[in-house]
Amino acid sequence: MAPERCPKSAQASLELYFLENRARLLEIAAFLDRIDRCDGAADARADFRYNTFIKALHLLFESGPQRTKAIQLSFSDPTLEPIASAEGLRAHGAWEGGLK
Amino acid sequence: MKVIDPHIHMSSRTTDDYMKLALGGIHTVSEPAFWPGYNRAGVASFHDYYNLLTITEPARAARFGIRHYCWIGLNSKEAEDRQLSEEVLAIIPQYLDRPTVLGLGEIGLNKNSVNEIRALESQLNLAAERNDLILIHTPHLEDKLKGTRIIMEIIRNDKRIQPDRVLIDHAEEHTISEIKAHGFWYGLTLYPDSKGSPQRAVDAIEIYGSDRICINSSADWSVSDPQATLKTANEMRRRGHPEELIHRIFYENPKAFLSQCPKFQG
Repeated sequence: MAPERCPKSAQASLELYFLENRARLLEIAAFLDRIDRCDGAADARADFRYNTFIKALHLLFESGPQRTKAIQLSFSDPTLEPIASAEGLRAHGAWEGGLK
Repeated sequence: MKVIDPHIHMSSRTTDDYMKLALGGIHTVSEPAFWPGYNRAGVASFHDYYNLLTITEPARAARFGIRHYCWIGLNSKEAEDRQLSEEVLAIIPQYLDRPTVLGLGEIGLNKNSVNEIRALESQLNLAAERNDLILIHTPHLEDKLKGTRIIMEIIRNDKRIQPDRVLIDHAEEHTISEIKAHGFWYGLTLYPDSKGSPQRAVDAIEIYGSDRICINSSADWSVSDPQATLKTANEMRRRGHPEELIHRIFYENPKAFLSQCPKFQG
């Protein structure tokens, strides 16, 4: 089945969603500022989650019209080998191997 | 407005939430068996849970004019304990013929481990033998892409299972294309932090079309919203989508998938 055309124009979408996304952008900036000013900033900035996050921010500008998919893939484990055990493991939201 | 929420964990919600669903036009729900937020101590807890899903919740829902269906299965998070897993898998068949059980679910993977795959394969085999519908849970966050691909490969290798009788849930932007390409239904879950938002769900409809998609709240004991489907319908309205399309997404689509089980009355 064909995609469903968005009835709103791009200008109308900008009007509708600008303020809420401006707020989200400020939340991200505040999040990064918070890490910078707290004790242990260097350790946090060395964490793989921080670095995958920064990498994803770059993708906002580099990945063209499929930014969302590109960012999802940048956080994902692309391998197919099952792990031996899930005991004690949890999801982190980012894949450490993506930085290698 | 008529809405079916095809994935909502009402046993984790208050009775007030049933009233909210009814007032919003959600008169049919289906509840997959899942992880309750802690690991259960033994198989007796699973008996209690499956009785809750098949007896208690339909009665609680009926007080508000809501039809409650469910899915029976062993969730992947509790598949790591092999002994318990084997015991639970042994009792599942005795619940599958109950009048409100639609099939096996939510079964799938969590961290993509060997034991999770073993439990999934066992339950897929059971579903294939019985020709039951299947509701698949895909992993969270960084494990989703890998888990979705492993699950699809296992199902596609079993020629007894027809892809259009399988709904692969918790899809996101990086997994939708592959799921659709293999002929499966897919679910979008509206979770504020770890999955999708109403805005992104409507984006997916605009990008990937309105066929073989079911949108659900998956509301449970964690941060979630039983009215998320209604908010997403409203997001479609806010963008100017026609009521016919909204009705298709939130009523006709889940009805079409779930009606493949003859017990389902939409």
